[in-house]
Amino acid sequence: MKNFSGSVLFLDRSDINTDEIIPAKYLTENSKIDLGPFVLEDLKLEGFDPQRDVAKAQVIVTRNNFGCGSSREHAVWVFEVNDINVVIAEGFARIFRQNMFNCGMLAIELPAPDIDAIFALGTDVAIAVDVENEKLSAAGGGNTLELSLHLNSFDKDLVRAGGWLAYADQKY
Amino acid sequence: MGKTITEKIFASHQRDIPSEENMVLDLDVVMCHEITTPIAINDLVERNLDRVFDPDKIKVVIDHVTPSKDSKTALQAKILRDWAFRNSITDFFDIGKNGVCHALFPEKGFVRPGYTIIMGDSHTCTHGAFGAFAAGVGTTDLEVGILKGVCSFRLPQSMKINIEGTLPEGVFAKDVILYIVKELTVNGATNKVMEFWGEVVDAMDMESRMTLCNMAIEAGGTCGVCMPDRVTAEYLWPFIKDQYTTIDAAVAEFETLHSDADADYTDELTFNVSDLIPQATYGFKPDEVKSVVELEGTPVDQVYIGSCTNGRISDLREAAAVLKGKTLAVGVRGILAPATPLVYATAMEEGLIKIFMDAGFCVTNPTCGACLGMSNGVLAKGEVCASTTNRNFNGRMGKGGMVHLMSPRSAAAAGIKGCITDHREL
Repeated sequence: MKNFSGSVLFLDRSDINTDEIIPAKYLTENSKIDLGPFVLEDLKLEGFDPQRDVAKAQVIVTRNNFGCGSSREHAVWVFEVNDINVVIAEGFARIFRQNMFNCGMLAIELPAPDIDAIFALGTDVAIAVDVENEKLSAAGGGNTLELSLHLNSFDKDLVRAGGWLAYADQKY
Repeated sequence: MGKTITEKIFASHQRDIPSEENMVLDLDVVMCHEITTPIAINDLVERNLDRVFDPDKIKVVIDHVTPSKDSKTALQAKILRDWAFRNSITDFFDIGKNGVCHALFPEKGFVRPGYTIIMGDSHTCTHGAFGAFAAGVGTTDLEVGILKGVCSFRLPQSMKINIEGTLPEGVFAKDVILYIVKELTVNGATNKVMEFWGEVVDAMDMESRMTLCNMAIEAGGTCGVCMPDRVTAEYLWPFIKDQYTTIDAAVAEFETLHSDADADYTDELTFNVSDLIPQATYGFKPDEVKSVVELEGTPVDQVYIGSCTNGRISDLREAAAVLKGKTLAVGVRGILAPATPLVYATAMEEGLIKIFMDAGFCVTNPTCGACLGMSNGVLAKGEVCASTTNRNFNGRMGKGGMVHLMSPRSAAAAGIKGCITDHREL
């Protein structure tokens, strides 16, 4: 399995779309690694600088309907190549969520109060996800939160297998 | 408890139930284009799995950037082209024969009621207009679809959307779906199939139904779907006439797919559109919608008519009806991209292309073009486009540009007047 722990990048807005995560003009790249520098390039958030802020993070915490819009898996790969394998949100667009698990990555849905509580920890927060036991701990500002989470057994199988292709090639 | 059309399609295509919440479906069609497929192809080659589950069920088109604009897009096209040839995929459409995937594939008869369809393109939901389950997926799902002919989905939930009343003159499927997306919001149908019912849908032709279903994804919907009926059967008749003795027989079979009256829905909504007026978006989200009356006077630099939403022949006819004998306002650029070669040829035969050109439009080849700012028609910072496409995200048609989504008639009217206006007043 991939690494599911590290420093948090907070993106405090709902409905962040795939064009904001990776603009269409970069979809001409035929290699995932070449997408890396363009992560979140068109996302306009106060105080957010993608070049500066993404490099420090391994986990994203955001609001609702993250990844809406296009089907481009580039929006997942651009995180993967920047060593971000976990996105935690109130909810995801269907295709983005499936793309995360299909790549053996985690799209974790938490109720709004839990998301609020993680945001309330401050700006310097670290999260560790325990996939097998379906829980996570978030630490920041001298406080630690222990939260339980639900992972569908199939999604968990995809994470263990390293993605849908490995799973499907073995099973079908 | 009865079943929805989607539950019926899932039941008849069930390959596996990997968890209580998921089903793996057998696929009838896997559609591919040159933007999201090449990375899947490269990965299959690297894994020594360069084969396809069934070459006849894979439909391939180069449509997003065509003809290729630079070395990178030329390579994407080449990867797709070479792969199609070496895997004996005969339904492959290159320049001269290519067009926007969600306009071209229905026109070729590749979409049928009851089918399961995936493509690495979010607007695959368009094909639900035929009573199919058609969903946009990422490259990994596409890759597994190509290799194994299967795709996993969470068990479907459906919402029933009744569109009642009579569509007023000058108000179209585009106005209806913009209004519905506004009411539902961009997250209102996430993980749900949007079933479109009602007398307005019954009266729509297939092109209008495709426009309606095309933008289901803009409310987060997995698929938009219309119940297949006589309109569907008549559209498909050239392709299905050997399968059925009569159109009536086809219609009777299609009706067995319809959602049952006692099927379970998460939501049931009714919209009466008898008083609807033309709609357009104003912000950077497709649910930011107002009437063109409220947006009257918003200046535009460019008009774009085309795309999988509104690049079909009926759309060109509507825009041409507004443009006939008129010219674009000074300083406004007009771009027409007929969605397929057949649309282009028909528009020429009907004299529509001349109307567009006389009005001052540039007519491009069939392509996705300006819609996603990947090839032609890109806006400069601060510029505004009245567009018949489906997405107005920040930067979509070019960094710093603004896109107002609207119907072909509204876009044509904006071109003539130089600003958003109510086309019914022209």
